[in-house]
Amino acid sequence: MAATSPSSRNRSSREQLIDGWERIKAPVFYTLLTVWGIICLTPLYFTLVFSLKPIENAYTPPLWLPTPFTFANYQTVFSSFDLFPRWLLNSTIIAVVVTILRVLFCAMAGYAFARIEFPFKKFLFNALLISMMMPGVVTLIPKFLIIGPGFIRGGIHLGELTIPTGFGLIDKLGGVILPSVVDAFGVFMMTQFYKSFPKELEEAATMDGSSRIGTFFRVVLPISQTQLITLALLTFQGEWNRFMEPLLILRSPENFTLPIGLQWFRGEYYTLYSVILAGSLFNTLPILILFFLFQRYFIQSIATTGSKEG
Amino acid sequence: MTTFRNKKITEALTGYLFVAPWLFIFFTFSVFSLGYALYLSFTKYNLLSPPVWWGLGSYQRVLTDDLFWQKALPNTFKYVLIVVPLQTLVSLILAFAMDQKLRARKLFRTIFYLPSVTSSVVISLIFVWLFAPQGVFNQIFGLTINWLDNVNTAFYVIMGMNIFTTSGTLMLIFLSGLQDIPTTLYEAAEIDGADKLQTFMYITVPMLRPILFFVITVSVIGCFQVFDQIFVMTSGGPLDSTTTITYLIYKWAFRDTTVKMGQASALSVVLALIIIAVTFIQRRVIEGSGSTTE
Repeated sequence: MAATSPSSRNRSSREQLIDGWERIKAPVFYTLLTVWGIICLTPLYFTLVFSLKPIENAYTPPLWLPTPFTFANYQTVFSSFDLFPRWLLNSTIIAVVVTILRVLFCAMAGYAFARIEFPFKKFLFNALLISMMMPGVVTLIPKFLIIGPGFIRGGIHLGELTIPTGFGLIDKLGGVILPSVVDAFGVFMMTQFYKSFPKELEEAATMDGSSRIGTFFRVVLPISQTQLITLALLTFQGEWNRFMEPLLILRSPENFTLPIGLQWFRGEYYTLYSVILAGSLFNTLPILILFFLFQRYFIQSIATTGSKEG
Repeated sequence: MTTFRNKKITEALTGYLFVAPWLFIFFTFSVFSLGYALYLSFTKYNLLSPPVWWGLGSYQRVLTDDLFWQKALPNTFKYVLIVVPLQTLVSLILAFAMDQKLRARKLFRTIFYLPSVTSSVVISLIFVWLFAPQGVFNQIFGLTINWLDNVNTAFYVIMGMNIFTTSGTLMLIFLSGLQDIPTTLYEAAEIDGADKLQTFMYITVPMLRPILFFVITVSVIGCFQVFDQIFVMTSGGPLDSTTTITYLIYKWAFRDTTVKMGQASALSVVLALIIIAVTFIQRRVIEGSGSTTE
């Protein structure tokens, strides 16, 4: 680890270089940050500007300012397209249901892996780790078949009995919800959390005669609040923005989620791009609000992702 | 003795009760799905009639398919090789800049994260419009290029957009990694008389290596499966210049008039093997390049 000391001549030029760098460092970094900041804001800024301009005047200069100014596009989104509120509702249902169930199921499984002794625990946990690394696209087709028509059309016939092999959830919100109600990363995250969690509180509760399940719901869940909120935000954002699965599963326009709907809407009414932009901002707004309210948790959730290897 | 055994059984049952939801989803959508994908890859299956065993037929079809060899495979590699290094570099530089106790750091952090908050579809729709022939980008720079309908530009717009959207998140991961480096290490280096450059080379870089490996692995796996942006922005066109492997899987399984579930499954298995191989090689390269271990 210790560096060998360089020759003195070398050192002086090297030190000059370092000194020079120290002097220009701050302005260089500020410039970099500002430039990237502008790049980040520009697309969203123009989206906002154009969504606030009448469609006929979309490209009337100045490009930078919403003049003439109007809320017409936002009104159009809601008044002229009765499907839009429906998409908003569908997206909300999916994101909320998945978030609640996933947080609960991941906490339960994480707690079990961290605290409860049961046969094949090690094996199952390793399986969990492997499934985290599995590229999702491999199981895309079977997933679709299992959610939908089943891998044997018409089901398995056992005499009089017909056992379906698929859930028959094509074009139903449940088809998007079902495979997402728990995920490997969430379970892993909660396991790590409960492993580092002091046992005393639970032990005290168990002494009081509380059952394991009772302890979990009355003692463990409330004190893991921070971690649960982090997982909830991560899940909500992911589900709210999810595209591929809803695209394959949801077929009729009234069952679309907001992202699928917006994409479909663009195909049908490509001349109304200002309306699409207004709709796009509607899709972004809830996550933006959550982000500003819970910035601390968002940042923490990303930091947790990074230390997942450790 | 019996009470002890009873207690153990209760414990085991409680354990299984707690993991039951995960176990069910895991078996259905990971274990069984994986096996089923493998099975389908050896069949001919068009959804209308039951799968027919076809041996290596599907794989043969995939490996002799022009669209796969000439477009999807090279495009996917091109995408990974351009996007992963650039987004890693951008986010690493941003993280170093953010780590310098500069003023307004929180404001920058919020701004940088904004593109990641937006959904892939929304940001794609915005970029389609920004890069339209009469779009804002052309207007600002006085150009008349039809970016997304040009074989020489379409793919690069998508790549640029992806670098734009992911750098914020990756920056935050790197930043938390930089801030996790114990200050005692830097103090020790200072006492040893190490200058700034040496400190950087011998402390910051090796300490950041695990996170770097993690970020690159996740990015590579993600980039190999790029789909949403391509679906929304170009649908694989123009002239298949943006068709990637995942898009081709989608096309064969869900878009083409003759459904080719078996062939699409075979391609998804091929993609998984490619990803596993690349991740493995990358692990060797990153671990091999540094002599420092923990």
